[in-house]
Amino acid sequence: MLRYTIRRLIQLVGVVLVLSLLLFAWMRLLPGGPVSALLGERATPESREALTKQLGLDQPIIVQYFKFLGRAASGDFGVSTGVQPGDSALDIFVQRFPATIELSFFAIVIAILVGVPLGYLAAKRRGGLFDNLSVVGSLIGVAVPVFFLAYVLKDAASAALGLPSFGRQGDINATRVTGFFTLDGIITGEFDATLDALKHLILPAIALATIPFAVIFRITRAAVLDVLDEDFVRTAESKGLTASVIRRRHVLRNSMLPVVTTIGLQTGALLSGAVLTEKVFVIPGVGQALAIGFERRDYPVLLLLIIMATIVYVVVNLLVDLSYALIDPRIRTR
Amino acid sequence: MALLEVRDLTVVFQRRGEEPFRAVDGVSFDVEPGQTVGLVGESGCGKSVTSLAIMGLLPKRGATVTGTVTYDGTDLLKLSDKQMRDKRGSELGMVFQDPLSSLNPVIPIGLQVTEVLERHRGLARKEAMIEAKNLLDKVGIPDPNRRLKEYPHQLSGGMRQRALIAIALACRPKLLIADEPTTALDVTIQAQILAVMKELVQDLGTALVMITHDLGVVAGLCDEVNVLYGGKVVEKADRHPLFAEPRHPYTHGLLASIPRLDAAPGEKLTPIRGSVADNIPWAQGCAFAPRCPNALDVCVQVTPAEEDQLGRLLRCHNPVVPGTPAAEEVPV
Repeated sequence: MLRYTIRRLIQLVGVVLVLSLLLFAWMRLLPGGPVSALLGERATPESREALTKQLGLDQPIIVQYFKFLGRAASGDFGVSTGVQPGDSALDIFVQRFPATIELSFFAIVIAILVGVPLGYLAAKRRGGLFDNLSVVGSLIGVAVPVFFLAYVLKDAASAALGLPSFGRQGDINATRVTGFFTLDGIITGEFDATLDALKHLILPAIALATIPFAVIFRITRAAVLDVLDEDFVRTAESKGLTASVIRRRHVLRNSMLPVVTTIGLQTGALLSGAVLTEKVFVIPGVGQALAIGFERRDYPVLLLLIIMATIVYVVVNLLVDLSYALIDPRIRTR
Repeated sequence: MALLEVRDLTVVFQRRGEEPFRAVDGVSFDVEPGQTVGLVGESGCGKSVTSLAIMGLLPKRGATVTGTVTYDGTDLLKLSDKQMRDKRGSELGMVFQDPLSSLNPVIPIGLQVTEVLERHRGLARKEAMIEAKNLLDKVGIPDPNRRLKEYPHQLSGGMRQRALIAIALACRPKLLIADEPTTALDVTIQAQILAVMKELVQDLGTALVMITHDLGVVAGLCDEVNVLYGGKVVEKADRHPLFAEPRHPYTHGLLASIPRLDAAPGEKLTPIRGSVADNIPWAQGCAFAPRCPNALDVCVQVTPAEEDQLGRLLRCHNPVVPGTPAAEEVPV
């Protein structure tokens, strides 16, 4: 198990290296560039050339790449040219990453807490009204674009429920420890701040949760349907066990492999959905920075943020793979 | 009074847009305390559905169960879901056909034994573990302490079936239903499993309903045998008379299709021709008539009633006369 984990982590290093090289090359193939973005279309050729040289963009890509790697090894990921010009890319990452992780975390928690029980119930009542309604509901969940739902929640639901119509704000008078607003309040004992952060978080998290919810719901339903037909569930029934023990110990436990896999894959969808959600709810997170970064060709910030997002994705899926062994002993002994 | 009285048990499966299917059609039999009763027949004759109906394990939707199943004075079919859960596992035990798929693959054997002890005998986990160890020991699983911690895939087929028997007998049920418990096992293991079951039901005084297509199992275990065809009992007799003088052409055919070691060289096997139809019509005539060597004109016109004739219950217009060889020899 330990060896497997280490091997996977070494693979992660390889993934990051290859990805960073590809990103490095791809971004430079895009038309425009930081120079046009910074100076505008009407800049003189002399000033363009000077800035190009200053940013080191006149050198071959491979040279630029290795210089980048060398600086990155000492924690220098370059200076932002577009998102927050002049700030270091690392600072921007540290400021913005917690907001996105917090948003994505709550979104996936909502998706799991709603999707898994509903999926179980729908399977248990296969073909019934509840099943049909929730299957249709989940289709709508997948089909409705995130940004549309986000606007509906922002403009309509927030007024109706008395919740703030924008996401996290940096000016809450709370002590900052980790940058995770909900966590900070609990650590420092400022529970008001946590509650306030949650209020700001709930609508964007719901908007972001819809697609993962719909996918988790459908996978759970299908997995539970398979397991309900298994002989060992009939054995459990023949023992006269209570419905709740059968559900937890025999049905859900055996349905979890595909569900956990899906949760891992959905983290990718969450990170891309966060771009739209953060835009609508004005959340100063990674998604917003990526959107601005692409407009203004902010290479250092884009590179760092995308690589970090990749690392999160790979680590989450590593955790998923490791959890297989916890769920299914047949994988453990293999 | 009998421990279990099954009267007119009928199970109809109805799927939307399809004809209703009578899987079990008016089956009646008794089981006395400590007695072993066999339900015998080919696949699709309704024997497994009968057992599931008695245990209350048929799906609630799509299956209609009528008749009465009186166990110890109460009609099991009238009990609520909760009352039935209290009976299952404690007073009614069941052993299934395929021991691998019948055990939960992701939890250890120990928990699968202790959960039934915790549920019905109110034991704490620790006490239940000690009891589970004794149970595994009793069904002949070597090194039970180690096996308790293992998962089903780490056990052999025979050991898995022993574990299932331990689970079914954990709360000393008064009635055990075994649905083809040896079908998925090697012949040598089959004999061991049957020996263990026989010993345990005798020790505990448990009544046993043995469901099988294997007449060898019947010969070794059962006091009384019900032969089922198309969801109906066609012949009901004690073991010895049934084997010595099968009266129903179907029973006769079943026995004649077993290869015998003492057969003369060159002697041919006598299989029953044809196979079980998907939906067997008892509405007009005998369902076995199309396959029956003794069939008369009356057999395809009038449904035979269950009658007490020739010292046993028989559903046949033209029973086999003792001493006749099989009517027709089919080259195999």
